[in-house]
Amino acid sequence: MAKTQERPVIWLQAAGCSGCSVSVLNSVSPKIQNVLVDEVVPGQHVSLRFHPTVMAGSGEMTLEVIEETKQQSAGAYFLVVEGAVPTASGGGYGTLGERGDRELTIAEQVEDLGRKAAAVIALGTCAAFGGIPAGKPNPTGCVSVKAFFDSKGVATPVINVPGCPPHPDWFVGALASVLLTGLPKPGDLDALLRPKAFYGPLVHEHCPRRAYFDEGKFAKKLSDPGCLLELGCKGPVTHADCSLRLWNGGVNWCIGVGSPCHGCVEPGFPDVLAPLYEKLDEATLANIGASPEKGG
Amino acid sequence: MGKIVIDPITRIEGHLKIEVIVDDGEVKEARSSGTLFRGLELILKGRDPRDAQRITQRICGVCPTGHAMASTLNLDSAFGVDGKIPENGRIIRNLILGSNYLQSHILHFYHLAALDYVDVTAVAGYEGSDPGLNSVKRFIERGELGPFVPRYEGDYRLSPETNRQAVAHYLQALDIRRKAHEMLALFGGKMPHNVGIVPGGVTEVPTVDKIAAFLWRLNEIRSFIDTVYIPDVIAVATAYADHFQIGRGCGRFLSYGVFDLDGSETNLVKRKRLLPSGTVAADDLQPKDLEPAKIHEEVRHSWYADSSSGRHPSQGETSPQLGKDGAYSWLKSPRYDGQVHEVGPLARMLVAYVRGNETAKSLVDGALSALEAPVTALFSALGRHAARALETKLVADAMAGWVLQLKPGEPVYAEYELPDEAEGMGLTEAARGALGHWISIKDGRIANYQCVVPTTWNASPRDDRDQPGPIEQALQGTKVKDESNPFEVVRVVRSFDPCLACAVHLITPKGRSLGEFRVS
Repeated sequence: MAKTQERPVIWLQAAGCSGCSVSVLNSVSPKIQNVLVDEVVPGQHVSLRFHPTVMAGSGEMTLEVIEETKQQSAGAYFLVVEGAVPTASGGGYGTLGERGDRELTIAEQVEDLGRKAAAVIALGTCAAFGGIPAGKPNPTGCVSVKAFFDSKGVATPVINVPGCPPHPDWFVGALASVLLTGLPKPGDLDALLRPKAFYGPLVHEHCPRRAYFDEGKFAKKLSDPGCLLELGCKGPVTHADCSLRLWNGGVNWCIGVGSPCHGCVEPGFPDVLAPLYEKLDEATLANIGASPEKGG
Repeated sequence: MGKIVIDPITRIEGHLKIEVIVDDGEVKEARSSGTLFRGLELILKGRDPRDAQRITQRICGVCPTGHAMASTLNLDSAFGVDGKIPENGRIIRNLILGSNYLQSHILHFYHLAALDYVDVTAVAGYEGSDPGLNSVKRFIERGELGPFVPRYEGDYRLSPETNRQAVAHYLQALDIRRKAHEMLALFGGKMPHNVGIVPGGVTEVPTVDKIAAFLWRLNEIRSFIDTVYIPDVIAVATAYADHFQIGRGCGRFLSYGVFDLDGSETNLVKRKRLLPSGTVAADDLQPKDLEPAKIHEEVRHSWYADSSSGRHPSQGETSPQLGKDGAYSWLKSPRYDGQVHEVGPLARMLVAYVRGNETAKSLVDGALSALEAPVTALFSALGRHAARALETKLVADAMAGWVLQLKPGEPVYAEYELPDEAEGMGLTEAARGALGHWISIKDGRIANYQCVVPTTWNASPRDDRDQPGPIEQALQGTKVKDESNPFEVVRVVRSFDPCLACAVHLITPKGRSLGEFRVS
C-alpha cells in the first residue's frame, strides 16, 4: 500500500475573532475529526501542525514546530491565515511568541511563513479583504494577506476564502481542490482571488424571496414576509452560494430567518455596505441591472 | 527563583501570554497579558447604532451570541423598546443564546481543556471496533501527530481504558457541539455570528417544524450532557482530585444574570432571569444585590493614561499610553465596589445557589456529594469545570421547556424609532461570564461604545491599589512539580476559559526585564 502523503498545514490567527476556526469546526462532510486524523482525500493526510485553538502544546514548543515545518517542508506546506494583518506601529498590535528577548509580530510571521509556503489560504473576510478590524478608522493598520504580500514582494499564490465567517464547505473545498488537482488554474478564481465554484452567483439570483422582489413586495419591518431589500439586504451585490448551500449542516441561512444579507463575503464589508440595515443606494443597484421599482 | 513564560497559551480564544515567577516549586507571582489589539470600540464610533449588534459579535467568534445579546439589550434600552419585546422574541433570544452556551461549554471541556488531562496516544493500543478510535489509531501509526503532539508531558493519570473512552468522547463532542450550532441556526440563521437577535426582538416568526427540529436536537444534546459530559467531568475530577486544591482565586464572584424570564421589567438588574444577578464572597456565601453604578475600570498597571482610571463604563475612555511606567498589560482592570471579582459559570452557579435557586442547589449539592467534596472545593480549577458542566445541564433542561412555550405565527418583533440622542446599557452573561455593553448616541450615530467583557474581569492586571486580577491570584501559590512541563499553570488558566479577543484592547512591543529563564 502506498504510504500516505503528509500535507503539513500551519494555521495562523492574525487580527480576527477565531470565528473562521469555529466555523470550520462545523464542517459536515468531511467532519472536522476526519480533517484532523483521516486522509482528507485518498492518499493524502492534512497534518495540522500549528493551530492555536486546537493544538495540545503551548508556548515555545509550538513555535519550534513552526520553525521545523518551515525548514523541512519549505515550498510544500500550506499556510492558512485567519484574520487581517496588523501593520501599524511596526506590526506591534499583534504578536505571537518570542525569539530571544524580542516578541515576534504576526506580520513578520505571515511574511516569513508565507514566503516559503506552497500556497496560502486567506480564510475569512479579514484575511481576504481586511474585514472588520480594517473598518474605519482602521486603528491598527490592518490589511489583507494579498495586499500585505504585495507590499513585501511575496509572490506565493493566495486563494481568498472570504466570509464573516466563511462557510466550512468553502474552506474544505478550496483545500481539497488544491490536494486533488493542484494550485488553481487561470479562470478558477475570480478577480478577487475567490474560487468561482463558491463565489460565482449573486445571493440575489437564487434567493427564495426573489419572487417577492420581482413582484415588488417588500418587507417594511423585520419579521415581515417579502423581499428584504428595503431593510438593507445586500444580496444583489453579494457573490456567494449561501442560498443554495445553506449553513450549519444545511439547516438555514441569514435570509432564511428573515435577516437581510449583509454582504459579508465582499471587500466592502463592513464600510461600503454600511449602514447594514439601510437600503442599498440606487447607483449600486443600477450596476446589477435590476431595480425594485421596475422589477428584476 | 525563575520565571516561566508561556506564549502562546493555546486552546483558549485569542492571544494570551502568561508569565509566572516560581520559587522553590511554587508560583510567587503571575502576570497575564494579551497580545492582539483590533480596536473594535474605535471602529464603532460614528456608525449607525444598529450596526453595533452586528459588529460587536465579531469581537469573538466563540461567543458572538453573548455580544449579540449584550449589544441588543443595550440598543433596546437606548431605543426605548426594552420592556416591549414580544414573548416569542424573548424566548427565541434565550434559545439562541442558550444554544451557544451548550456549544461553548462542551467545546471548552472536550476540545480546549481535556488535552491537559487526557492522553490521546493511549489509543495506540486500542483493539476494539469503534470507527472513530480506529481512525485515531491509524493516525497514530502514521506517526505525524500534529496537532496533538508536542505537548507537556508527565502528568496523565487516567487509565488506558478511561483515556480511550475520553478520546472517543472528544470525537463525539465535536459532533454534539456542531449540532448545537445547527440548533442555533434554526432561529439564528447561521453560526458563528447569528443574525436573528436584533433590537426589538428577533427576525423570524417561529414555525412548528423549526420548533420540532430544535427540540429533537436539544434532546440529543441533553442526553450527551447527562450520560457523557457530566460523568466525564466526575471521572477527571476523581483522578485529579488534588486539582480541587489549586487555582482558588480571589474568592469574590459576580453575575449580571442571564436568560430573561420576564420581558416587561426594564431594569435589567431587577429583571427575573433564569440565573440571577448578584455578588457573593466565598467566605460568607451571602448574596448581595448588584448595583451597576459600582462597576468601574482601573488602569494604573495598564498602558492607558492614568487620567482615564476609575471610570464607569458609560464614561469609559481608551487613551493608550505606550510604555507607561509600571504598566504591564493592555487589559484594563474592571472592579466592582473597588474589589476584584471573578466572573463565569462558577460565579453564576454560586450566585444562583446562595439565592436559593432550587435547581442550582440540587445540582451543586448532588455533584459535591458524588465527589465527597465540601462546598469550598468549588473554588478551584476543577470546581470551575464542574460548575460549567452543571450549568450546561441547568440551561439545557430549561431550554426544553422554553421551546414548547413558543407560539407559532405570533409576533417576535416590536418596532421603534431611532433616537438622535440616547444612552443605553446592556447587561447579560456570555458563556464565559459577565458581559456589559454601554452606548452613547449623538446625532443618530454612535458617539461612544464600551464593552466590559468576562476575560477583562478574569485576566485583569493589578489595579490602582495593586490588587492582582483573578487569574493572577489563582496562580499564586500553585505548586509546579516540573518547571519544564508546567501543567498546573495551564490547567488553572484554562479553567477560566479565557477569551482574549474579547478582553484585549491594545498591545505593543515592550521591553523584557525579569527573564531569568524560559520554558516552553
